[in-house]
Amino acid sequence: MTTNRRDFLTGAITAAGAAVTPNLSHGQQHEHDHEHQVVPSDPTLRVKALESLLVEKGLVDRAALDALIDTYEHKIGPRNGARVVARAWADPAYKERLLTNADTAIGELGYGGLQGEHMVVVENTSKVHNLVVCTLCSCYPWPVLGLPPVWYKSAPYRSRAVIDPRGVLREFGLALADDVELRVWDSTAELRYLVLPERPAGSENLSEEHLAALITRDSMIGVAKVEARPEGDRR
Amino acid sequence: MNGVHDVGGMHGMGPIRAEKDEPVFHAPWERRAYAVTRAMGAWRKWSLDASRYQRELILPADYFTMSYYERWIVGLVELMVKTGLVTRAEIESGTPDQGSPKQVPVLTADKVPILTAKGASAKRDVVAVASFHAGQRVRSRNINPVGHTRLPRYARGKVGTIHRDHGIFVFPDSNAMFLGEKPQHVYSVRFAARELWGEQAPAQDSVYLDMWDSYLEPA
Repeated sequence: MTTNRRDFLTGAITAAGAAVTPNLSHGQQHEHDHEHQVVPSDPTLRVKALESLLVEKGLVDRAALDALIDTYEHKIGPRNGARVVARAWADPAYKERLLTNADTAIGELGYGGLQGEHMVVVENTSKVHNLVVCTLCSCYPWPVLGLPPVWYKSAPYRSRAVIDPRGVLREFGLALADDVELRVWDSTAELRYLVLPERPAGSENLSEEHLAALITRDSMIGVAKVEARPEGDRR
Repeated sequence: MNGVHDVGGMHGMGPIRAEKDEPVFHAPWERRAYAVTRAMGAWRKWSLDASRYQRELILPADYFTMSYYERWIVGLVELMVKTGLVTRAEIESGTPDQGSPKQVPVLTADKVPILTAKGASAKRDVVAVASFHAGQRVRSRNINPVGHTRLPRYARGKVGTIHRDHGIFVFPDSNAMFLGEKPQHVYSVRFAARELWGEQAPAQDSVYLDMWDSYLEPA
């Protein structure tokens, strides 16, 4: 039942055919000596072969694959979450709804659905800072933030966000004062978490649209604050 | 299972490498791996819980050498074979077995926006006993199931407080093993950082986990 990398790559060779690996039979005879030389390390071939097989069997539709990719590359991403946060900053009644019934409030802006069916929004203040992680896998609120960045899915972040969250924040350039309460949210069930960052000083006169432009993905995960004037890289 | 995926609280994993202007996918094959996995999930032969468990079964030495979407593909192939959607021979040859029936894809492009907007809620409108209530002190059970569980090792046998009741959700420990949904209450439980990590943790800090009813006992 368990699988390993060799299975993965053996499949890649076989499916891709002998043209890619002319020494295949030789490699099999001397597997222990040569497997690292004859095995292509590129998963491109394996995935291509798999997709072709599934299309040929009538199990997947290529146009549906294209639509899925387009959705998360171009339609759903952290700009959605930024609009939610900007609305909450601009409209106290909306903010109240967002913090008490996040699904309905987020739905008001037209967002919701897959991997964000049940949302919880947690508010950062001058006294409380929230940080979101999924230590077991990669749970993340897709409808408002899109697909997660690699670092969020990686072992360094997942391992340390719960045991040393202040160290993690320092690594992101955020030094949290000792008197601030830090709450870490480990997404272990089907609830998905969005941080409502603090509205920065100096943003009082900005329109909702301008506010949204300040709000970064990282601030909605809790690894950054929102700056009134964004500098350099905005993630 | 006490698997390699359960990394909360581990040391030595190295620095966090945040990438500037990171693309959604890093290679064309990642796009296809993501989409194929999603499209095959639409056959509803396995649950999201089963997908997670299948990835957890990847051997520890391989888990960290594989990239994220490599793990998805490995898990997908195993689930497709296990549920009979494809055969091992087809995976190896790259062509359908002789005489295998041609299917009609369940997920078509026109259904993608509907599926995305509707989602797939794990909440269930059934009756289940809530053994705990907000404000109650609880202890997480010290359990070590060999199958799938969403109770991380770092939070077992610890005392916390029920923060809120989220309602009734599918129980992943049974659902991932194809043993039924067995819905239960899920609670947000607050654990003081010091309860989890000892005296070196700041007194006011905490970790909140979402926990199913059967993960908990009165403290």
